[in-house]
Amino acid sequence: MVNKACRPTDSLIGHDAWNIQLDKNGQLKHFLTVEGLSTELLSNILDTAESFANINEQRVKKVPLLRGKTIANLFFEASTRTRNTFELAAKRLSADVLNVNISTSATSKGETLMDTLQNLQAMQCDMFVVRHNASGAAHYIANRVAPGISVINAGDGSHAHPTQAMLDMFTIRRNKGHNFGRLRVAIVGDVLHSRVARSQIHALNILNTGNVRVIAPKTLIPIGIEDMGVEVFNNMEEGIKEADVVIMLRLQKERMQGALLPSEQEYYQMYGLTEERLRLARPDAIVMHPGPINRGVEIESSVADGPQSVILDQVTYGISIRMAVMSMALGRDPETIEAEKT
Amino acid sequence: MEEIAKPEILLDKMSEQLKILLSERSINQPLMVGIHTGGVWIANALHKQLSLEEPLSILDISFYRDDFSRIGMNPQVKPSKLPSQIDDRHIILVDDVLHTGRTIRAAMNEIFDYGRPASITLVCLVERSGREIPIQADIVGQHLPLDDTHHIKLTGPKPLELSIV
Repeated sequence: MVNKACRPTDSLIGHDAWNIQLDKNGQLKHFLTVEGLSTELLSNILDTAESFANINEQRVKKVPLLRGKTIANLFFEASTRTRNTFELAAKRLSADVLNVNISTSATSKGETLMDTLQNLQAMQCDMFVVRHNASGAAHYIANRVAPGISVINAGDGSHAHPTQAMLDMFTIRRNKGHNFGRLRVAIVGDVLHSRVARSQIHALNILNTGNVRVIAPKTLIPIGIEDMGVEVFNNMEEGIKEADVVIMLRLQKERMQGALLPSEQEYYQMYGLTEERLRLARPDAIVMHPGPINRGVEIESSVADGPQSVILDQVTYGISIRMAVMSMALGRDPETIEAEKT
Repeated sequence: MEEIAKPEILLDKMSEQLKILLSERSINQPLMVGIHTGGVWIANALHKQLSLEEPLSILDISFYRDDFSRIGMNPQVKPSKLPSQIDDRHIILVDDVLHTGRTIRAAMNEIFDYGRPASITLVCLVERSGREIPIQADIVGQHLPLDDTHHIKLTGPKPLELSIV
């Protein structure tokens, strides 16, 4: 099954899932997955984020760009970093932000998802930022929202987390320059459950990265992942050799069913990023992690806090990337948006 | 229609006027800021003629425009380059054409998000008719009365050339 690694077989996602992301002018309308987007569009997102990075260093960290727009954060699944940076990004663009707390909202009283959405539409929201534990949830919503409303995927099940992948690309570009062709990027850990890894691999491929590797025990590697053009290693020492970028993934205990791993201790012994193992990578290699980190499970504390770690920069860059995506989706040609409504 | 002058001639005159104005106002170390892109070309020329040591600052006002909801996102937005500390600085703000005044309003809004300057002096290569908000330049290369159907175009940076289209 070729597409198994790229896409969950969940019926919520159609075969043309990424086509609905662009409007008739090829502009980003929804941001649901990196898959299927052009190199030019991804570069455009990164360039736009670069301009916003400046604002985040200004004394008044705010621009009036999205004044009068309303963005609703719909987080059906726990999140701290992503939700906070989406909220900050929206606020720095002067949009009004609605944080819908699903656990205390009408959803818990039995209201259906569609009813919740229709109520938010009646409140004239312009954008939904959606995090859900079901793969395809953001697509499902994007296919059903009123015309003119944009949907941003903030993580759906084990499918995609496009803004995370883009902030990771931004981090790599800031540290290693624009030429991804000469880079060796190693993604280490629980690839099977990781929407972040899937989105990263798509983004790295679209940006023509020279060599993408995944390193994990056989049980945590999805079948058919080689078809995404990555090199697979089951041995950490071999896989990390000469890498320019080492991306650690969190062990997703909450998504694991059955005995995929013997124990956390054994996992750390085999795949944990220790100072010793990091020395096998290039001396100027950067260490990334999407967070939250499990110290002593996938990464040694001294590496997470060490000079090669850019983990906290990733958080900062996340704001710029989310500002870029939000302003691009809400800054589309107004005539096209009007035409979509009729 | 009035003949449009050569930018080099206007720039020579403007830099002389600017020197006089700065000494009248006792401004020693001004911070020169050009508005992307035409304003940067003009600012660059003036920056050289005034032999300023501090590098030229650049403003891209795309994020501060008042017509975002009407024309959408500018795909070619560049980062602004301003020093992190502009409090109590005397700023020389430079643009190519002063028309409606909206660009200058947006630029000043952006400047104030970086800090509180001591003063802003506005310098424009050409001032044309059509002001929509009460903004006026301190130094102007040429005044041009033009109706709404005509636009002034500056091409550059080398050579700088003005034309009416």
